[in-house]
Amino acid sequence: MLIKTPKSSDLKESEVTPENVYLNRRDLLKSLGFLGAGALLANSASANAIDWFSQEEKVKFKTTSLKYQADANSNNLSLTPESKVTTHNNFYEFGAQKQQPAELSQSFKVNPWQLTISGECDKPITLDYDDLTTMFALEERIYRLRCVEAWSMNIPWIGFSLADLLKKVSPNSSAKYVFFETLHDPVQMPGQANRRLGGGIAYPYVEGLRIDEAMNPLTLMSVGLYGKTLPPQNGAPIRLVVPWKYGFKSIKSIVSIKLVSEQPQTTWHKLAANEYGFYANVNPEHDHPRWSQASERHITSGGLFSRNRINTLPFNGYGEQVAHLYKGMDLRKYY
Amino acid sequence: MNKKISTAKKVLMLKVVIHLAAFLPLFNLYYLAFNDLLGADPVERVIHFTGIGAFNLLLVTLTISPIAKKFKQGYLLQVRRLLGLYAFSYAFMHVLNFLAFDLQFAWWLFFNEIVKRPYITIGMLAFVLVAALAITSLNSLKRKMGKSWQNLHNFSYLIVVLVSIHFYWSVKSELISPLFYFLLTIILLSFRYKKIKVLLGSLFSKRQS
Repeated sequence: MLIKTPKSSDLKESEVTPENVYLNRRDLLKSLGFLGAGALLANSASANAIDWFSQEEKVKFKTTSLKYQADANSNNLSLTPESKVTTHNNFYEFGAQKQQPAELSQSFKVNPWQLTISGECDKPITLDYDDLTTMFALEERIYRLRCVEAWSMNIPWIGFSLADLLKKVSPNSSAKYVFFETLHDPVQMPGQANRRLGGGIAYPYVEGLRIDEAMNPLTLMSVGLYGKTLPPQNGAPIRLVVPWKYGFKSIKSIVSIKLVSEQPQTTWHKLAANEYGFYANVNPEHDHPRWSQASERHITSGGLFSRNRINTLPFNGYGEQVAHLYKGMDLRKYY
Repeated sequence: MNKKISTAKKVLMLKVVIHLAAFLPLFNLYYLAFNDLLGADPVERVIHFTGIGAFNLLLVTLTISPIAKKFKQGYLLQVRRLLGLYAFSYAFMHVLNFLAFDLQFAWWLFFNEIVKRPYITIGMLAFVLVAALAITSLNSLKRKMGKSWQNLHNFSYLIVVLVSIHFYWSVKSELISPLFYFLLTIILLSFRYKKIKVLLGSLFSKRQS
């Protein structure tokens, strides 16, 4: 018989914070906020007491792990913590405040899903949910995402090149631009049903790229991050990632990709053409009319005091791979 | 029963409530922000919280005199300065957050943004005016200033208009909240219709002469 003599320093079972309390510690802190810091010393029973009064039960979207080839440079890059990548999102379909998409999207259904690739091409196709992760070999790409609001994150995306997908449908010679569309489903996406929640932009969200931008090897169709399928707030089940352009170009939860002959209208450009251009290449020399784009705050771990303001790089640091696409163009005019 | 509570006691109780309601959220906000418990980007959160908080307090301050008049509760005027000073404190933290946590003391960028961005220019102008009102709220200064004190403090009407515009110009796309605040501002100013008309009239006649 094994007899264990606990050391006096060992935690007793009763002293361990219950997992649900631990997992919800931020909500707990917020709900305790009004009582001030002293209340934090109270025992965990109060956490349960507060849980009883919260109306909504917490469902969490289930992600699954993916098989992929790791990014060879992954050791050199400091990543933004997963908890921040998945709770700080501009996805107005689920609310215009940064924390809202993570809160309001957890019951979003991604299976079944249909992604149609059509337009100026010989072999249009429709992919279903399983195709998204099985049709191509998946690879990890660690990219910096630079938001037009002057903050950035380093994110380990998983996906495949948009070029590989487009080659499958054999674009014809009229295919000059690529037009993307997000799912339109006001029942599942509360921001599309409520103007205040949805931030007053037009739905469905639409975006576009020039065909050579779309075919650039950097342009990624992402189906996952941090080793798992995408959570809804990050654009499940499939989204675009164009690392040298401001984040709003990287459209989420895509249902349609169309090859077109004319430059398409895009959501933010329609709303304020003087603030958001079609190209939206990261450019420290061209300010947004209301703030400077010369530097950015790089979001990592650390609270209010983290010194994280860094200089913004032309094309977000990907100039070597993409600057040639814009040779001879006046980037102040085509911002 | 109520009659038995003296005015001094009422004012004291009201002041305690104001201190708790205005100070505790601020304490809570920075406690969470310093410990990285305020979402992924605490900087944006503290800027927005103190900004809208300052606006709310400013509007509450401007509701005091219409309510005091309408319901004949003159003692309410005795808490107006405290509310105004909290509005200033929130505005001060708002500006400090922008300088210290967003721009991280890039002074050149700070001054550059004030000059270049109309919504920041107008917000900064409102802040300078609020600061002037806060400083001159000292009793000794008030006595010294005599009649010019009231003239200076009439600028609160201009301030609330500037702040409305600052908020409206600062948002990316969602216009419902700023328009709602505009409406509140117009309602509060409409109670002072006559006074504002006289103020504008005197401004106009001074220009003429």
